[in-house]
This record gives sequence, structure tokens and C-alpha cells, in this order.
Amino acid sequence: MRKVLLPTIIIIATILLILRLFYLQIINDSFKLKSDNNAIKIQYDYPERGYIYDRNGTLLVANQPSYDIMVIPKDLKNIDTLEFCHLLNISKEEYIRIIAKAKVYSPRLPSVFLPQLNKLEFAAFQEKIRKFEGFYIQKRSLRDYQVAYGANVFGFITQASEKTVQKNPYYNNGDLLGKQGVEESYETTLRGIKGVKYIQKDKYNREIGSYKDGEFDTIAVQGEDINLTIDAELQKYGEELMVNKRGGIVAIEPKTGEILALVTAPSYDPAILVGRQRSKNYTKLYRDSIAKPLYDRGLLAEYPPGSPFKILTGLIALQEGVIDEQTTVFCRHGFSYARGRFMRCHCHGGAQQLHRGIYESCNAYFGTAYMMTINKYVRPADGVDVWSNHLKSFGLGQFMGYDLPTGKKGKAPTSKTYKRIYPNGGWRSTAIVSNAIGQGEVLMTPIQLANMMAAVANHGFYYTPHIIKKIEGEVIDKKFRTKHVTTIDRKYFQPMIDGLFDVYNLGTASSLRVEGIDICGKTGTAENFAKINGKRVKLQDHSIFVAFAPKDNPKIAIAVLVENGYWGARWAGPITSLMIEKYLKKKITRIDLEKRMLEGSLQAEYAKYTGKKEIDSLLLQKPKDVTPEEGTEN
Amino acid sequence: MKNQSVTNNLDWMSVSLYIILVIMGWLNIYSSSLSLSDDSFIFDLSQFYGKQLMYIGLTIPLIFVILSVDGKFYEKFSIVIFGIALLSLAGLFVFGKTVKGQANWYSFGSFGIQPAEFAKAATALALAKYLSDVQVNLKDVNRQIQALGIIFLPILLIAPHDPGSALIYTMFVVVLYREGLPSWYLWTGFIAIILFVLALIFEPWAVALMALGVISLVYLRSRLIDRNILASVVIFVLISGFVFSVDYVFDHVFKQHHRDRFNILLGKEVDMKGIGYNTNQSEIAIGSGGWFGKGFLEGTQTKGGFVPEQHTDYIFTTVGEEWGFVGSLVVIALFLSLIFRIIYLSERQKTKFSRVYGYCTAGILFIHFFVNIAMVAGIFPTIGVPLPFFSYGGSGLWGFTILLFIFLKMDANKVNEW
Repeated sequence: MRKVLLPTIIIIATILLILRLFYLQIINDSFKLKSDNNAIKIQYDYPERGYIYDRNGTLLVANQPSYDIMVIPKDLKNIDTLEFCHLLNISKEEYIRIIAKAKVYSPRLPSVFLPQLNKLEFAAFQEKIRKFEGFYIQKRSLRDYQVAYGANVFGFITQASEKTVQKNPYYNNGDLLGKQGVEESYETTLRGIKGVKYIQKDKYNREIGSYKDGEFDTIAVQGEDINLTIDAELQKYGEELMVNKRGGIVAIEPKTGEILALVTAPSYDPAILVGRQRSKNYTKLYRDSIAKPLYDRGLLAEYPPGSPFKILTGLIALQEGVIDEQTTVFCRHGFSYARGRFMRCHCHGGAQQLHRGIYESCNAYFGTAYMMTINKYVRPADGVDVWSNHLKSFGLGQFMGYDLPTGKKGKAPTSKTYKRIYPNGGWRSTAIVSNAIGQGEVLMTPIQLANMMAAVANHGFYYTPHIIKKIEGEVIDKKFRTKHVTTIDRKYFQPMIDGLFDVYNLGTASSLRVEGIDICGKTGTAENFAKINGKRVKLQDHSIFVAFAPKDNPKIAIAVLVENGYWGARWAGPITSLMIEKYLKKKITRIDLEKRMLEGSLQAEYAKYTGKKEIDSLLLQKPKDVTPEEGTEN
Repeated sequence: MKNQSVTNNLDWMSVSLYIILVIMGWLNIYSSSLSLSDDSFIFDLSQFYGKQLMYIGLTIPLIFVILSVDGKFYEKFSIVIFGIALLSLAGLFVFGKTVKGQANWYSFGSFGIQPAEFAKAATALALAKYLSDVQVNLKDVNRQIQALGIIFLPILLIAPHDPGSALIYTMFVVVLYREGLPSWYLWTGFIAIILFVLALIFEPWAVALMALGVISLVYLRSRLIDRNILASVVIFVLISGFVFSVDYVFDHVFKQHHRDRFNILLGKEVDMKGIGYNTNQSEIAIGSGGWFGKGFLEGTQTKGGFVPEQHTDYIFTTVGEEWGFVGSLVVIALFLSLIFRIIYLSERQKTKFSRVYGYCTAGILFIHFFVNIAMVAGIFPTIGVPLPFFSYGGSGLWGFTILLFIFLKMDANKVNEW
């Protein structure tokens, strides 16, 4: 028995060893991961971001080199902090704070000490860097904006958030990516693909050569340049016109769906979101919850469209066959649509037909036409659904699928909407008649309004609005080359267009005619309410205008919204006509009108609601505050 | 048939296993000490692999000398050899050179010698000599004390510098058992180890309570006639005393780094940057090997030098990382084959001297092999014990070579001992 002891111990001990090794090497694979983190350093080579041009090839956004000062706390040796801080213009407390923070992150790994130095600051520091062991300079590429407008179109560049890093394996901590605007929607095109180099490290984190002779290394792929559909001149002009107002402008080329201008106001110079001031400035813009400079009103502002919606009401009534051009409605400065219910009208009254109904914007005419459309069906629910489908064919009530990262659906109510509002049923066309004049449950964004005008200009079709004109070596997305045909027959558009043309000749915009251009347009005034201290308060109406021009062979369809701008022809109308003149003629003839619009301000109006006059030095503005003269009545 | 050539009787199987292990060991040292940047020459004496190659070369004359000496020499001079070994260990207190906090080197210019590596073979010789005396019967308490004295003399000299190596000598107790030491020694040792570990994990009073429970149970379950209240009480007092003294020794006698090593193992303290670094890094290196490893010279952890002392005590991490689980099994199988071959040869020895010596050889190889790999794999406290034939170092390699080949010489000689 005594002979067996040693062999028994040996066998038991060996089994123990084998089990442990099996656990370490086969079962638990966390060690494999740790080993990779340990021994292999991944170094990225960031390609330069693609440039952004406008439709005519004007360079809008380029790049500039920028320099981050990096620090490896462990390597710091005999730093003359006084000289160092003086050189970079920081305080000693700040120096101590940043170094302490870097140490907490890792004493061995590099942290950003000071981000985004410009060339001048860099040059001064570069000369002395030898003296500061433990610091080095990391070159990066930043945006260099050639223009001071278009901030909402471009978006901006920011560090990838922790969430993005987790979700998208391409990004690492500290990587830059585009946010908002085309920087976001064409991120992958613009950024290119970063190159990766695997470097073998030793335990001191020193690099000791390429891992496996660079077998897994990849070369950076340059970002592609892109051309936008934006017309730089028009965009700039639009932003200038909107200074000291709030609202949005969307201009589209009807033939193609290309967005010619996308203006939101207030806006800011895109350059303020670059460099060392970036995060400070961004926070300021972000916190401005009143003027909301980061909110793209052209895409996001949902409002009841008001009178421009009558165009759709009329077209649908024609398509459904409930009216024709000769149908007459008698307007007594309004009409009684149910017992004791009266809808007021500002038109000249009398016997209204489609043509005059349009250019005088007769509520009685379109209210009647709308009720006839709904009443054509036995059940009002069916009527509403038919009407709603017509609206959808114009792109209402849905994301339009354009290539910008933000948007709102707007609202094209269906029978379901009313089932929710009237759960017990019993509603009829009379209950929803305000839809006829764009004041009911319908909501539209400026880009939907502009797209509607493009469809009208095209006699019944449109292309999905888009902002990409060209990517080097690629064709643009097929969905932007696909024609969307509306449910309205082509023949019904001509009478509508004739009416819209006379808005300028005889109707609500007669003072805004442009010599030599046949414009078709429609004024609008959107009521707007806000909850202030829990009470529903009616605020000053929004000023809306939609148009396209020239009447034959249209080149531009446009929607302008000016918040709290009283009525359509007071602010939005003049701005629309100036935009059209600028785009088609490249020259403004009506200098007085232009001056009034450029210098006009609604800041006093906005201050009424917010109680304080908010003027932010970051926002684009004109020095003088001039109250405009009274415009024409709607 | 006298004076037969030693080469004919030499156990070539053991020799082959020895050669394979030494070659594999060198390949791993080469991998772990090869720096990426220079394309160097394997005989480069400024590098570990170059030096180790020289040490390996020097084993050839060493083996030649060991095999040439008369077979009776080792038995005759065993006490003298043991005496020299003890003297050289004692001399360390005066002339020893301190390397990494342990004064266990004699320094000769750029080379150093660790006498502890040679003392193992000397102790084995002395123990074999003592037990081979026909007068010696291990049933006799005086003989037991004398035999244990042979083991504890070197322990007393080594433990102050190197407590880990002292552990190696406990293996001789197993050899004594094979030669007739009463089994209660082993049981006592076994229970002491269990109590030691329990005392580290739990509070001492809880362990004492557990002991009380077990003793009471044994007492009540035994037949009336066997019940011995006095013995039970004495055992309980001894156990309690031991448990509380473990606590005291651990807190007051052990140095902080000793405590840390136990704490890491018991998962009480995890500081991967500080004291836990060695074990953590070696587990990462081994664990990253997977089934088949990353391939020779391809280990990222090995190349990065993340594992401290990788070419010496942590050489097995290179095996684990570059050769994987399968490669580790091969190395383990080679060691087991050699150890069992030695046990087999020991059992067929004609003299008690060579049998005891053979057992000691197997035991020493085994405990190095087990403690080293267990430590590297994180299931044993960090103790500086080399892996035989693998770990870098001339003293270690020569010590194990001498130990093994003295036995092989005895084995080859058995025919002549009629």
C-alpha cells in the first residue's frame, strides 16, 4: 500500500492541473480578449473628410488642419509649468486639473490635454515642444467653412457619443462624426474609411514593431466630395432676408425635386462650432429654448397650413367630380355651414367660382367644396379616407424620404383621427369643415408646402425632395429619380394654376408682382396658440406664402413661413417674391422692398411673449431694428 | 559480465525524455526572450537564450563525469556531499549575493551559482544513505526524529532566504512514508494543511467550532469502549491552538508580500496593477492560447513581455500561449512519463539506497512540476519554484541534471552490484 501513495498524489495533482488549464484555455475566453487589449495597440489613420460644394460647384465646406495637444501623464518630466501655461494661455489651476483628470483615465495612455489648436497657437507651441516631455501633438482635420451661412444644411462635426461607439463598431472613443444636416446624412460618404495599423506593444506600452508584419493593417480610404443641390447665392440671400425673424424657407426645383435653398431662422455661422470654442458655443445654442437656433424650421415646424391648403381642397373636389369650374357658391362674407354655425370670409363676396375663389381666397367657396367632397360618400368616414389618400399622394402626413436627418410627418387626418376625437361617432362633414381652409387637424411643414407647390407646378407629379446633387463616382439614390404621381388628373391643374397666377394680378398678393416673371402663389395665415401659464392663449398669426415661377416651365417652387408675421402678404409674401426674383433674375429691382425685408425685425413681437428681448451674439443678425410698414390685407 | 559499458545499461527512455524536455525548454526560453527588433544569433551570450544554450552545452561534460564515476562513489561519499551542501547553504548568510530580495546566490563575476539547487540532490543522497542502513527502522521514534532531522537541516538554512524552496523538502516525507514512516505523520500534515487553509478563509473561532463539531460527532458515534474523553479534549485544544496561531502567524510573522500571495489566491484581494499583476498576466497569457496556441514565436503576450520573469519561473506561460492546451498536455505528459519511469526504475532497484534515492528524484521532480504549473495557472500561491529543465538558469538545469543522472548511473550499475 505504501508504494501507491506517491503515484496517487501525482495523478490527482495532474488531473487538477489539466482541469485548471482546460478552464483557462478553453472554457473562459475572456482571457483571449484581455490579451488582445494588452499587447496590440491599434493606431488609426484618419482620412480627410470630403469637401462640400453647391450645385454650381462653389466650394462651401473644406478642411483645415487642427492640432490636439496630447499628454501621457506617466512620461511627464520636469515641466516648466509657468512657461507651459503661458504658452497655451491657460491657468495653472487648469493645468493641474486636466493632468489630474488624465491620470485618472490612465497614467500610461494618451489623453487630450488641449483640443483643436489653430495654426498660430500650434506654431508657437511646436517650437518648444521638446522641452515638455510627456506631451505630443496629434494632427487632425477640422471643417473650414468657406461661407458664413448654411449651418442647418451642413450640420456640424462632433465627437462620437458613448452610445454611438457602443452601437456602431466603426467608431471609437474620440472619433469625430457628422451630426445633423448633410454631415450626418452623408456621413459614410464624407468621412471615408479610416486606416488601421496594428502595433505590437510591450508591457511598458512601448511600440516594438508592426503586428504580424502588417498582415491585418488596412489603408485609409479618402472621403468623397459631394455637390449639394443648394444654390449658394439663394441660400445666402434667404438667410439674410430672415435675419431677426423666426421661420423657414424651402425652395425646390419642381422638375427634379432638388432643394435649392433650405433656410431656418434664427441661424448661426457654422464656423462657431469649430475649434476650441465649439462646445461652449454649442451649449449656448442648445440651451436657447426660445429662439431654438438648432431647430430646422424648414423641416420641423408643423403648422396648420392655412389658405395654401385651399389649393388641395379645390383639386380634390375637382377630381372627385363634386365641383367644376362653373360651380358657383354664394358668399355673404362667409357662409352658414350648419344651424347656427357661420364661417367668416374676407373676400369681396358675391357669386364665387373656382377662379376668383382662389385668388380672393374665399372661405365659403372652399368650405362648400370640401363638404361636398365628404358628403359624396354615405359615411363621412369613407369621405375623409378618400380625401386623406389624395393628400398623401402629395406627400402629406408622412416622412417624405428626403436625405436630411430630421423631419416631421405633419398630419393628414383619416377617419381614425376622428374616431379618436369623437369616440361615440356621430360626426359629419360640418364638424370637420375647418380642414377645408387648412385650419383643422391638418398640419404641414414648410418642405411639404414647397413640395405641394412643386407637384402643382408639374401638373400632378413630384420627385422626392433631396439635397444631394452629385457624389464623385456614384449615381444618386434611385428614390430621388422616381416620379411620384398624385391622384389628381393632370387636366384639373390648369384652372387651379390660372387662379394662383391671378393671386398676383388681382388677388391677395397683387402688390408683390415682379416685372417680367409670371408667379403663381398663395398667401396664408396660420392661427397659432400656445399654452402660457396653463391657459390657451392665441398668439399673433404666422405669415405663410407658397409660390412657383415662372408659370410656364416652372424653375422654382417655394414655401416661406415667418412666425408671428401677422398675415401672408406682410412678411412671407415679399420674401417669397424676392427669393424668386433673386433666383430667376440674379438681380433685385425692388430695392425699397428688399431693404424693408432685410432690415425688418420681429424681435419686438417675439419679446412680447417671452417677456425679454433675447439677442444672442451668436445668431446671424443685422445691427438695426426697423419696424416694417403695414403690408396688404390678407 | 563485469565492467559492462555504462551506455549499454543506461535507461535510454529516461535519457530521451530528458533531452526532449531540455530542447522544448530552450525553445520556449528563446521565444520569451527574443526581442522583436534584432535578428539575432542563437549563440548570442548577452541574451538569455544564448546563455541557456551554453548551460545546456555544459551539461554534456557534466553528464559524462557523473556517468564515469564509480557507482559506489555516491553511496560512500553521500554524507560528505551532504555536509558540503549544508556548508555552502550556511555560507550564504555571510557571502551570499542578494538578487531580488533573496540572498541565495554565490557570485563569480557575471555568473552566479544557487547552492539550493544542488542541495536537493545532496539531501536525497544523505536520506538514502541513512535509510539504507539495516539498523534503521522507521517504527522507532528516535529514527523518525533523525530522518526528519536530515530533511529539516537544509530547510532551516534555506527558509530564511527562500521560504518557497523550503516547501520542496516536504516531499521527502512522502519518501519516508514509503520506507515505513507511520501514517499518522501524513494525516497530521494533511489535517494541518486543511486547517491552515480554513483558518485563512474563515474566522479562527469558526474553524475551532467546526473542529469541535467533528470531534463531538466522532466521540458520540464511536463505541463506548473506544471513547476517550481526554484524547478528544487534547485534540480539540491542539487544533484550536493551531488555528489561532495560524491567524497570528499570518498577521504578525508573515511579511506583507506573503500575505498578498495567499489573499490573491483566495480571491480576497484583487489589485491587477499591483500585487495581482503577475498572476493575472500569466493567466491572461495561458488563457489566450486556446486549443492549439498562437504558434511558436507568435505569442503576443510573450513578445510584449507582459508576464514578469517569463523565462524563469513563468516559462510555462509561453507553452500555454504559443502551444495552447494541446501543447500543455504534451508537456505534462512528458513530465509524467519521466516521473513514472523513475518510480518504475526505483521499484526494481536491488539496493535500498538506490531505491530511496530514486524515489527522492521522482518526488523532487514532481513537486517542482506541480507547484510551478499550479502557481502559473493561479491555483497556488506565488512561490519561486522553477519548472525542471524548462526554466532559465544554469544552477537549476545542472541541479536537476545531476539529480537525475546520479540515479540513472545507479540504475545502470545495478547489474554490477551482485
